[in-house]
Amino acid sequence: MAKKLEVPYNGTKEQEEELRAAIGAIRTAHAGKGLTIAALQKGQEIFGYLPEKALQIISEALDVPLAEVYGVATFYAQFSLYPKGQYKIGVCLGTACYVKGSGDVYQKLCDELKIKGGECTDDLKFSLDATRCIGCCGLAPVMTVNDDVYGKVTPDEVPKILAKYRT
Amino acid sequence: MVHLKINNIPVEVEEGTTVLEAARKAGINIPTLCYLKDINEIGACRICVVEVKGARSLVAACVYPVNEGMEVFTNTEKVRKSRKTTLELLLSNHKRECLSCVRSTNCELQKLSNEYGCDENRFKGEKFAYEEDTSTSYLIRDNEKCILCRRCVAVCRKVQQVGVIAPVRRGFATHIGSAFEEPLADASCVACGQCIAVCPVGALREREEIEEVRAAIADPEKVVVVAAAPAVRAAIGEEFGYPIGTNTEGKMFTAMRMLGFDKVFDVNFGADLTILEEANELLERVKEGGTLPMFTSCSPGWIRYVEYYYPELIPNLSSCKSPMQMFGATVKTYWAQKEGIDPKNIYVVGVMPCTAKKFEKTRGHESASGYPDVDAVLTTRELAKMIKNSGILYNELPEGTFDNPLGEFTGAGVIFGATGGVMEAALRTAAEKLTGKPLDKIDFKEVRGIKGIKEAAYDLGGVKVKVAVASGLTNAKKLCEKIKKGECDYTFVEVMCCPGGCVNGGGQPIQDAYTRRQVDLRSKRAKALYDEDKKAGIRKSHENPAVMQLYKNFFGAPGSHRAHEILHTEYVNRKDK
Repeated sequence: MAKKLEVPYNGTKEQEEELRAAIGAIRTAHAGKGLTIAALQKGQEIFGYLPEKALQIISEALDVPLAEVYGVATFYAQFSLYPKGQYKIGVCLGTACYVKGSGDVYQKLCDELKIKGGECTDDLKFSLDATRCIGCCGLAPVMTVNDDVYGKVTPDEVPKILAKYRT
Repeated sequence: MVHLKINNIPVEVEEGTTVLEAARKAGINIPTLCYLKDINEIGACRICVVEVKGARSLVAACVYPVNEGMEVFTNTEKVRKSRKTTLELLLSNHKRECLSCVRSTNCELQKLSNEYGCDENRFKGEKFAYEEDTSTSYLIRDNEKCILCRRCVAVCRKVQQVGVIAPVRRGFATHIGSAFEEPLADASCVACGQCIAVCPVGALREREEIEEVRAAIADPEKVVVVAAAPAVRAAIGEEFGYPIGTNTEGKMFTAMRMLGFDKVFDVNFGADLTILEEANELLERVKEGGTLPMFTSCSPGWIRYVEYYYPELIPNLSSCKSPMQMFGATVKTYWAQKEGIDPKNIYVVGVMPCTAKKFEKTRGHESASGYPDVDAVLTTRELAKMIKNSGILYNELPEGTFDNPLGEFTGAGVIFGATGGVMEAALRTAAEKLTGKPLDKIDFKEVRGIKGIKEAAYDLGGVKVKVAVASGLTNAKKLCEKIKKGECDYTFVEVMCCPGGCVNGGGQPIQDAYTRRQVDLRSKRAKALYDEDKKAGIRKSHENPAVMQLYKNFFGAPGSHRAHEILHTEYVNRKDK
């Protein structure tokens, strides 16, 4: 089971209306099937991620069951059901970093933050993503927190790094 | 026409036919797993692969259309190896509880694995880890047994147009779930159980109540009453090897008694009672300008559908409880009083072709005596299981009969189990009430048959009634939309949640995809009921002597104050909750 979405919803009525209008436009432009992905892309563009409310709006507007909309949203890596945190953490899982143990660092972050990759903590402080090579293989394994880069990270150092941002 | 050769046998089929169907014509069966005729044709599982001369790789026969001059080979070494490996890969990630699994010996994966001589331990690797979803009162999902064939998803989305489940996530994390991976109880599931009926393995099953029923039978304080719905008798024989469509009612009564039930009544009696109340309500609505069309309210899946998806049509629903609930309510009030038994000590068991009934018994306004009208609901499958594990040799049983007085029923009560049956039973009674004279023609054949939507118009003693009958929620949805938009002027509408009505309910014996392809379960089982009606001495609900007695001694007249308190119910808007 995925972590239940308990991130508070901060969307506005204007954003909701914008999404409804956008879906209306999509429907006019492309009659027929296969509109769910286009609508999800719009939703993500408007809200920055896909809150529950956006999926509900899409389901109603396209008459596609909510379960199916959710299924499509969780299938494609481009869609995120979680907002990005105040501190966006990236861990490189590229070849060099991975060989040097970035997988353990990534796992340690999941355990410490109690989230999985792609998710965000309930307090909206941290979000975690796996990244491709960020171009400093000499420092492998590498993690980033917003614009700060940490090289040769070990799992043991993870709590210390997080503590800096928790205050 | 297209000409091709399958295993060197020449076949001629229509253009657009799949290799799978063409092979069947040549007397060759190609095994399938995800395929479900007309419902799930997606070529996902790769069990039906065959060799086609000139094709780059093996093709999925269930979706591959025939071509002129095509040469197909269904049984080569390459094909057999591929199927076997596919099965072994499925088994490598399957919770193999085959010895005790509810679907053991009736599992499509087990059957194929056995036929292909699979090694279930050939591949070792990571396995699915999911908790069972036990959130509802009627269904349990065990995703560790799921093979992701998507048959349940297709029946939910395409046949019932409810779509509360879908494949979610991707790759190894893919599983069947509801939106936001919430438990099923939080989704707008109507509880029809069609997903269970089409599951090839043991990933979906009803929530069993066998132990509760056994405990009640063993309790000396309890008077345990059992009654089966009309459709049960048309199908339970399938569990004991009888051909589909064999009515084994007599053996069922005998078996029930041998199981230790104190009284063997019949929900058909409740069906007759429902007709009197429902016909009366309909005539009142017509006379007094009440909300029309009136919808039947026997099918709890249909009720949930209206409550979740069309709450604005709740006033159209008849306030009548379902036959099962009317029966239970009558047992715990009238019969309890008559026999001098405290209703607290009566335990009513309904045997149903239905999983939604397991939910229905827990609804509000369904405890006329102060105790639940019905205490336990067993599906047809559960009753068969009880009979089997009690050592009862069903096929050798003598024909028994029901107990009086709440067992007596008419032909009208019997046909309740098939689409159009409730309508026909109601018309028989309403027509005689309105004309005041016996019907010349008792059969209303226009409302019979498995067509999704049936319409008819009648002149009943000067009152014109327009009726419609729908089964399967796709068809019900079409009617609801028309009614909402005011595009029709029906007087009375019968809806059964499952396609073909209760005979094809989610609690009925499970037939595999191959059988479902060859046989129309709906019409075969329905025929068993119409045959019983034809043979019945009394074929109109209002002539049921036990029902007449009940009104005379207890309820007064249909629609009386007392009848309203005991036999009618209320509904809730679940959409805006």
